[in-house]
Amino acid sequence: MFKLIVRRLFLGLLTLLAITVLVFLGTEILPGDVAQAILGQAATPETVAALREKLGLNAPPWERYFTWLANILAGDLGNSLANGIPVDRIIGQRIVNTINLALYATVIALPLSLLLGLLSAAWPEGTFDRMTSSTTVFFISIPDFVIAIVLIIIFARELGWFPSVVHRPRWGDVPVALGQTFLPMLTLVLTILAHIIRMTRAAVLDVLKQPYIEMALLKGAPKSRIIIRHAIPNALGPIVNVVALNLAYLVSGVVIVEVIFTYPGLGRLMVDSVIFRDLPLIQVAALVFCGFYVALNISADVTAIMANPRLRFAK
Amino acid sequence: MNRLAGRTRSKRVRPRPDGWAWAGIVIVAAGLLLAVGGPLVAPHEVGAIISDSNFEAPGISTLLGTDTLGRDILSRLLHGARLTVGVALAATVLGFLIGMAAGFSAAEIKGRYDDFMLWLADMMLSFPPLLLALIVIASLSSSLPVLICTIAVLHASRVARVSRAVAMNIAALEFVEVARARGESLVSILVREIWPSTIRPLAVEFGLRLTYSILFLSSLSFLGLGIQPPDADWGSMVRENLNALQTGAYIAVLLPAFAIAILTVGVNLIVDWLGAVSGRSISEELTG
Repeated sequence: MFKLIVRRLFLGLLTLLAITVLVFLGTEILPGDVAQAILGQAATPETVAALREKLGLNAPPWERYFTWLANILAGDLGNSLANGIPVDRIIGQRIVNTINLALYATVIALPLSLLLGLLSAAWPEGTFDRMTSSTTVFFISIPDFVIAIVLIIIFARELGWFPSVVHRPRWGDVPVALGQTFLPMLTLVLTILAHIIRMTRAAVLDVLKQPYIEMALLKGAPKSRIIIRHAIPNALGPIVNVVALNLAYLVSGVVIVEVIFTYPGLGRLMVDSVIFRDLPLIQVAALVFCGFYVALNISADVTAIMANPRLRFAK
Repeated sequence: MNRLAGRTRSKRVRPRPDGWAWAGIVIVAAGLLLAVGGPLVAPHEVGAIISDSNFEAPGISTLLGTDTLGRDILSRLLHGARLTVGVALAATVLGFLIGMAAGFSAAEIKGRYDDFMLWLADMMLSFPPLLLALIVIASLSSSLPVLICTIAVLHASRVARVSRAVAMNIAALEFVEVARARGESLVSILVREIWPSTIRPLAVEFGLRLTYSILFLSSLSFLGLGIQPPDADWGSMVRENLNALQTGAYIAVLLPAFAIAILTVGVNLIVDWLGAVSGRSISEELTG
C-alpha cells in the first residue's frame, strides 16, 4: 500500500512541477517583453534595456525558470504589476475568503447529497429515485452562472432575502457572514449536489448487486440493516473518491461564482489579473489553485487505495 | 470475437427514441438550424445600436427588447447562435480528431509509445481545465483559433483515453490481424479497420464532450475571456447584460442564459438516450 501511495504522491509532485513549467511558459516566455509591460509603452528603449538587464531577462529561459522557481519556493512572490503591492499581501485574505466559501458549500452539500443518493439507491426506480434522477440531469446540464442568475433574481431582487453582491464578507461575525455568502454557497451546492447524488447512488447500487448482499437478503436481514451494515461500509471508498473529485471541481466552480457575486476571492482575482495581464498575480493564483486541485485529486486516489483491500494489501 | 459480433447485432434493434430523446433531438436540430440560418434572418447587424434607451421592453420593432447598449436582443441571439454552436462543435470535432488519432495509434502500436501517450493524457487530465484555459488566454489573448484549440486540447486527453480503451478490444480482433498480415499501413488500419467499429461507443462521448464545450465556452465568455466584443456568443450576452439584474429588465440576461441551458439539456437528453441504448449510464460518463 505504502508503495502505491508514495508512487501517487511522487506523481502528484511531478504534476505540480509540470504545472510550474506551464505557468512559467505561459506568463514569462510567451507574452512578449515583461520589461516593456512593467514600464508601459511610453518607455524609451534604453530604460527597457536597462530593466531587462536588471530583471535578468537576458539569461537563457531554463536558467530564468530555475531562478523564478527558487524565488517562489523561498516565498518571494514578486509584486503586482498593476499597483506594485507585494503579491503575498494581496492574496492572503483572498485565499481565506475562497476557502471559507468552499468549506461552507461543502458542509451543506455533503450530508444532503449523500442522504439523497442513499435514499435513491434504497428504492431504485421508485418515485423518489425517478424524481431525483430527472432533477439531477437538469442541474448537471445547466451552467453554474445560469443557476446563480436565477437565484439572484428570486432571492435577492424579488424576495430581497440575501444580498447579490458580497464586497467584504465579515468572517468575524459568523451569522452575518453566512447570510452574506448564502447565495454564492447555494450556487456551488447546486452545482456539485447532482454529481454526488448520482455517483453515490451508482456506488451503493453497485455494492447491492454483490453476492453477499443476496446472502444477507436470503438470511432475512431487514433492508435498513443491509444498507447500513453491508452496503455503506463497502461503498464508502468510491463515495469518498467522488467527494474528493467534486471538491476538486469546486476549484473551477468557485471562479465563476466569485465573479458573479463580485466576491473578493482568489478566483475573481485570477480572472481580473488575466484581463489586466498582471503576470505575477496570475502566476501565484494559478499555482495556488493547481496546488489545491492536485492535492484533492491525490487524496481521492489515496482514499481509493486505502478503501480497496486488494490495493491496500498489494505488495 | 463472437461476443462482440453478438453485441453489434443486438444493438441493431435500436429502441425508438422516447419523448425525452425526441425533445433533445428537436432542441439540437433547432440549435443547428439557428447556427446556420440565424445570422441570415437576423433583422439587425450584431453591433447595431437601434434604440436610444437600453433594456427596452419587447415590442413590435424589437421583438425581444433591447440590451444594455440599446441593441436588438433577437438579432444578437441569432448571431450568437452561430458562434456558440459553431465554436463548440469545431472544438469538439478537433478534440476528437486529435484524441482519436492518439488513442487509436496507442492501441495499435502499443509498447513504449502507448505508455508515453497514457502518461501524457494523465498529465493533462491532472490540470484544472478552467485554470489551464486562463493561463493560455493570459499569454496568447483570446481569439477564435485560440479558443477552439484550447477547448480541443482539453478534450483530446479524455477522448484519447476513451478511444484507446475502445480500440484496444478491436485491435485484438481477427479482421485487424488480417489487415496487418495483408500489409496495410498504420493509417489505413486506424482509419479503415478500427474507426468504423468505434463510432457507436464514441457517440455518447461525443455528446458529452459537446455539452462540455458549450458550457466551457459560455463560461469563458461570461468571464469576459471568450468571444470578444463587438461579436457576442450567448455567454458574453449574459455578461454584458448583468446590470439588467439591478434594473429589473431580467429578460435581457435570462434569454441568452436559458438559450445555453436549453441547448445543453437538449444534448444531454440525446446522450442519456444513446447511453441507455449502448448500456452506459450518464453518471458513469460524467466522472471526468
